[in-house]
Formats: sequence, C-alpha cells, structure tokens
Amino acid sequence: MTSADNLRAFKRDGRIVIVGASLAGLRAAEYLRDEGFTGSLTMIGDETGEPYDRPPLSKQVLTGWVPADGTMLPRRREIDAEWLLGVPAAGLDLATDNVRLADGREVPFDRVLIATGVRARPWFVESEAELDGVFVVRTREHAEGLQRALAAGPSRVLVIGAGFTGSEIASICRERDIPVTVAELAPAPLVGALGAMIGEVASDLQRAHGVDLRCGVKVTQLEGDSQGKLRRAHFDDGSTLDVDVAVVALGGIRNTEWLQGSGLAAGVWGIACDTGCRALDLNGLVTDDVFVAGDVARCPNPVYEYRLISLEHWANAVEQAEVAAHNMVNGQADRWPHLSIPTFWSIQFGVNIKSVGVPTFADEVVVTQGSVSEHRFVAAYGYQGRVTAAVSFNNAKWLDHYRRLIETAAHFPPSCPTPDQPVDSKPVPVDFPGPVLLAQGATVVVTGHNPSERRVTAAYQHHR
Amino acid sequence: MRVVVDLSRCEGYAQCAFLAPDAFRMHGEEALMYDPNPDDAQRDRVLRAAAACPVQAILVDRLEGRSEERGVPVEASRS
Repeated sequence: MTSADNLRAFKRDGRIVIVGASLAGLRAAEYLRDEGFTGSLTMIGDETGEPYDRPPLSKQVLTGWVPADGTMLPRRREIDAEWLLGVPAAGLDLATDNVRLADGREVPFDRVLIATGVRARPWFVESEAELDGVFVVRTREHAEGLQRALAAGPSRVLVIGAGFTGSEIASICRERDIPVTVAELAPAPLVGALGAMIGEVASDLQRAHGVDLRCGVKVTQLEGDSQGKLRRAHFDDGSTLDVDVAVVALGGIRNTEWLQGSGLAAGVWGIACDTGCRALDLNGLVTDDVFVAGDVARCPNPVYEYRLISLEHWANAVEQAEVAAHNMVNGQADRWPHLSIPTFWSIQFGVNIKSVGVPTFADEVVVTQGSVSEHRFVAAYGYQGRVTAAVSFNNAKWLDHYRRLIETAAHFPPSCPTPDQPVDSKPVPVDFPGPVLLAQGATVVVTGHNPSERRVTAAYQHHR
Repeated sequence: MRVVVDLSRCEGYAQCAFLAPDAFRMHGEEALMYDPNPDDAQRDRVLRAAAACPVQAILVDRLEGRSEERGVPVEASRS
C-alpha cells in the first residue's frame, strides 16, 4: 500500500480526537470536515456545554448587556462529532495512541489535535482566592459571577493586574459608575505587551476616566471577614484599601500539565510545534500524528527569527485551527505553514486598541500618524532598522498597511502614509520591563555525549 | 441566533450599527460591541449587516434552526 492509499483510507475511516472544545477545537473540527475527512471525530472538553466565545465575557457580558450563556459560537457547518464534555484529559500515551480522561476512560486515535488553551492564573493564596468577592475571568461561570457582583453595586472594585483583561474590566467598572482601583506591579498598564510609551498613554486614559491607578505596587494580602467575605486589600507599601470585589487579572496558565510524561515538548511556555502545527517531542523532533493549535501552541515565526511564539489571540486560534486541520488530512507535499502576522484587539475606555506583529520583538517605537493626546494614532515598532509591529488607537483602518510593512521587512522608521504626520515623530527606546518569565529557569536538560545518545529531558518545576 | 464578529478584522466602518442597531453598537469612535445572541426578530437586519460589512468580519450561524446537527449532548459526559 502506498502512502497515498494510507492517506485516502485515513481520510475515509480514520479516528481524529480533538482535546479542547473551545474556539480552536471547534473551528478545527469544521475545517476537517471541509477538507473531506469522513472518519470519526471526537471532541474532548473539560467544560460542559457547547463551545462559546470568550472575548465578550470581559466586555458585553460584564456590562450586563449580554447574558453569560449568550456567547455560544456560531457554527460554520455540521461536524458530526462525538462530544465528551465535562471531563478533562489527564494524559496522552503516544506508545498506544490514546488520550486518557480524568475519569479513567481511554480514547484511541490515529491523529490527535491538542487545543487545551489556558486557564486564569489564580490568586496565589488559596484561602484568599476562595473569599466571597474574589474573581478571575476566563470562563462563562466566572463572568456570570463577576457580573452579578458588579450589578449589586459594590463600594469599590480592586483590579489586580493592568494587562488587557484587567484594563477592560476597569473600563467596565467606570462605565457602570463603580469606583475602581487598579494595582499593577509594572510602571504602567499594558507595558509588558506594548512598552513604556503606550503604557503612558494607557495610564492617562485610565486616570482620565476616573480609575484610581496605582503602579509599581504589589497586593500582598486579601483580607476577609468572619463570614468569608472580602473586606480589604493590603499593599506592599503598608497601605490598605477597603474593597468588596477583587478581580485577579494576572494572565493565564497554559493547560499542559496533563502532557507530563507524554514525551512532547510541553511545559509552562506551551507546546512547541513546527509551522505546520505538528507538535515537537522533547528532543525537538517533529511528531507525525500530534498537532497543536490555539493559545497552548508555541509556533516558530520566520518573520521573527524563527522564534517560538505562543499567542493568546482569537485570530491566531482560528488560523492555526485551519492549518492544523489541513495538515492532519494532507500529505507532506501539500502541507501548509502557519505564517500569519499576529493581530490583536482590546476595547477599553471607548478606545479601540489594535496591534499587528509582535510589539515585544522591538528595540524602538515611534508615533507615525495621528495624535497621541487625542487618542487617535498609530505607533510603529522596529527592531534593528526594520518594522516588526504596529499598534493603533482608534485608527484600525491603517493596520493592514503596517502588516504589509512587517511582511516585507520594510525600513524602520517608516514614513507616514497620511497627511496627519505627528509633530514629534522621533523613535524612542521601546523599554519593556525585564524578561520576567526567564526567572522561572530551565524547563529542560540535555544529557548524553554522542549524537546517538544525546537526549533532552524535561525539568518540571512547581510554579505558582 | 448566534453571531460572532472577527474583531481583528473589523475596522470600525459601522455599517452594521446602522443596519442592525439593536445587535451592533459603536463604543466610542470605532470600537464595536455586539450581541452574540440577538433575538430571532433581528434576523433579517443582522443578515443584512453581515452582508454589508466591508471587511466581511461578521459570521452568522449556518446551522440555525437545525439544532439536532450540533450534536452536543445536553448532559455533560457520556456514561
């Protein structure tokens, strides 16, 4: 039997298991059927219910406009899948090609797609995280609980962490006329993702909307009363603040623990894969039957020196799902690489913030068009003289222009494409806070000396 | 009916907000807020909005009214 025969047989009668039944998993299933896969398709998800969209949870749902159970994802087509929901995957055995579920069931596959995403990073003291009034926002249930708490009219909300999610939640508190304090360890909001210059703009935006923004501070303790209700937050400068609600917005943790011992290159950074979304094993070798997509994937991007990049972006999940699905049912010669330039958006304080490219892959930034003080502008990011990213505030129509500059490695600083050239368009250092993640230390060690015996072993650590 | 807008594609032309104002609203100058589950009475207006979107960022459910084909069990896990 030739490999073409094998492929035809696999497309007809093969078994594909998708672990993760959210945006990436659902879209991959639809694309697999688009590609003519008629075999068995199994969707495994730890949450119950149909796949739903998450971005509205920190926006439309928290304003009270849309109910938390009203964000079910539209279907592009029927997928004829078996759904195993409400039980997380607990292990992957590549010797026998089985996914093990937490309840002990085993689900056999010929090819598997891993799209287990991220979960919210919880508050670091468990007893404080359990206080009534302490929230994270990642799932439908989280958003529903927080919406109810906001509707009850809290005297003050504390948002811990001024990344995109934290800033969006602070924005909604102000929209609902709820007093809100934002505590951020970095010198400004959004600074870890977009650098110091945009961080300063974001600070102004928050303060102009009445947010009590406190940067360079750390929340050290969440204090409850005898009924287990949140009452007060303590800061590292010794001050305290009375609050009814605290939202922990400290980013996500990638759901890769279940892959420990699987032999895949999986860890806190995500699951490494090639641009075809094929997972790498611990040795960095490409696997044939294991694919990755969405927030949990760590994929090389040739435009950024082939660095492995994980993106928690909506569009990235959809695009990787399509590439992974295509490659799962096509031969070597027909494979597609995932080569798109990342795009991202956030809506906060009445401003549409969008980015294209990888702003952290930059040494300089310059405002190229518009006016920063009017919160309508584009800033371009450059690395060693070429454009690598752009961020727009209420100027989204121009981002496609910058995407082309990035794709063609255009010279930095780029010229202004419109008549609204800013007065002061001199590049400044991009100034990101230090690489915090590197402090987590090594994730692997290499053993052996001869080429035939050198192997990589995972060094699992406990992370908060 | 189910709707999702690819906001990484949306450029804030606001056509949808004119055509189906109960389902699509502008938030500030160019940010779009939408109802992912608008009432079926909105259906024609939402479909017109999706068709009019200059960047085709609005995806409407194709299985509308064919819920049996979603195939998701109401109860969580298979026993």
